Amino acid sequence: MAGVTARRARKQRAFRWIVVIVLGLFFLVPLFAMLMFTIREPDGHYTFETWRQFFDWPQLASTYPDLWTGMRSSGELVLLTVALMLVLLVPTVVWVRLRLPWLRRVIEFICLLPLTIPAIVLVVGLAPVYAWVTYFLGGSPMTLTFAYTVLVLPYAYRAIDAGLSGIDVKTLSEAARSLGSSWGTVMWRVVLPNIRSAVLSASFLTVALVLGEFTIASLLNRTNLQVAVELLGKSSATMSVAVSLAALVLAFILLFALSFAGRRRGQNRRSIRETS
Amino acid sequence: MTFQERPLDRDASSVGAAGGRDTVPTPTSNSVAVHLNGLRRRFGGVQALDNLDLEMAPGELIALLGPSGCGKTTALRVLAGLEDADSGRVLVGGKDITELPANRRDMGMVFQAYSLFPHLTALQNVEFGLGLRRVRSAQRRERAGAMLDLVGIGTHADRYPHQLSGGQQQRVALARALAIQPQVLLLDEPLSALDAKVRVQLRDEIRRIQLEVGTTTLFVTHDQEEALAVADRVGVMRAGRLEQLGPPDEVYQRPSTAFVADFVGLSNRLPGTVSGDRVEVLGTALPLVPGAASGIGSGAVNALVRPEAVDLAVDPDGRGRVLAASFLGPTSRVSVAMPDETMVVAQVASALLPELAPGTAVRIELRPVPVVVEAA
Repeated sequence: MAGVTARRARKQRAFRWIVVIVLGLFFLVPLFAMLMFTIREPDGHYTFETWRQFFDWPQLASTYPDLWTGMRSSGELVLLTVALMLVLLVPTVVWVRLRLPWLRRVIEFICLLPLTIPAIVLVVGLAPVYAWVTYFLGGSPMTLTFAYTVLVLPYAYRAIDAGLSGIDVKTLSEAARSLGSSWGTVMWRVVLPNIRSAVLSASFLTVALVLGEFTIASLLNRTNLQVAVELLGKSSATMSVAVSLAALVLAFILLFALSFAGRRRGQNRRSIRETS
Repeated sequence: MTFQERPLDRDASSVGAAGGRDTVPTPTSNSVAVHLNGLRRRFGGVQALDNLDLEMAPGELIALLGPSGCGKTTALRVLAGLEDADSGRVLVGGKDITELPANRRDMGMVFQAYSLFPHLTALQNVEFGLGLRRVRSAQRRERAGAMLDLVGIGTHADRYPHQLSGGQQQRVALARALAIQPQVLLLDEPLSALDAKVRVQLRDEIRRIQLEVGTTTLFVTHDQEEALAVADRVGVMRAGRLEQLGPPDEVYQRPSTAFVADFVGLSNRLPGTVSGDRVEVLGTALPLVPGAASGIGSGAVNALVRPEAVDLAVDPDGRGRVLAASFLGPTSRVSVAMPDETMVVAQVASALLPELAPGTAVRIELRPVPVVVEAA
């Protein structure tokens, strides 16, 4: 009996490894191909010149000004979108949990809507709105912050809602209120520290999504990293692929960090409880 | 938001032995009277508070007792400012605080659910309210440490809530509530999540500390034993109103209504006949609780008789037959069936249990303690 169990466990372990290896290859082979494309010369020699240029930022800015502008825009968009998403979402979700629990399903539905609407359809809806945005705020790529905040809602909402589910927000905020906290203090000193990993998760997801977004920026005629990469592809294919690869690796690292943050949270919850 | 900083009245070393029933609560200079006047609160179709009036003397501990949904927690939350009343006033120390938000009411509260901030240690939790009152760091630490010592958990100051047991967490929550030297201490079923032994220990500690600190305290519970054990006065609530408010012995021994008699302790419902200020039950004339028969008049009633007011004697000619007995430790409960199928429960010394086997014929005698009656 023990032999059968051990054999089954070995089989399961082998199957798991096969799945991991196949999936790993599925993701890594294209990345490896991209890397090879950036370092292999037409005559078969290998050179890291593209990567040297990529990491020499002053030279990159002067050689590829559009790419530099796109990278800077995406960097700024990341910061603005994360900030706007957190400022909008965290107090709203907390308030709904505390005071308007009957609205929770409605908020969830609204937040998940962008997931079900294709980006191209979103743009059709956003175009007339952005005509007004351009009229009032100009055509800066930073105005994409509004569209991106809508776009990240499904992921950010899920992450923050899951974080709030892990704590008794109502009791904690009432305890803080009874001790003399204003609502701002409740949010800043009680709720936020206890959903730190959820906020980090939401932020990482936002970073990954904003760095990879092309459709909305392109159709609204704004330049961000992906639009610049696409334009660059017409003049310097190797640099274009190098930038894409760097963006992908950055997104992978962020997602890896996210899963690490989630694991830390889980470990904290499993901490040993002592008996009295 | 400004707070008046007050020095601690005592340090941990001055804490004396546990206070008991005979200890008189001594109001301190911080003790205030609390008045709830005509509070009403409706949730949808449910009238949670129905013109509730309650007066608490400075330093007094009142326990609100009642079944689920009777409005006791709502009353406490309205006093805390966590719930708004539809009408009525809340006065603390003579000041009307009805419109004041919860964070400016200066009340310490211990919740039923564990409410310690998970990202802070026990000491930091206790320091939290002091920090909001801008107490200096060193003084804050000293006060918080003294409070943790007061609740007997000073050695666990550096532990996080997840490293503490339920009882320890509630002790820290109590220390946190007391550290800010609140005008009123509010306890919302703080023991209900704890196991029986810790519960009794902590209950006694709460009473000891309340007597030491002298803070006017409202204790909400659905556990009658808890309420009777710790309170100066017990308020029994029903459907948003106070059914009776009085010292624990009065509520238990002279319940003003059938509901109170039924809810606080066990009662036998025995058929009887009212005549004047007495009711005849199983051949014994029992005195009525004053006013108990008002609205009923004379005639057939059900008398609510406590099991400890029923004596059993083994008698071959007795009309009762023992049905079953439950061992409860020093005492036991014996169920006796009468010929007319009335069931009588008696509380007897467990030493008598061997004589009261099922089927034994017994004679029932009722002690002449005042009883409440209800219409038959």
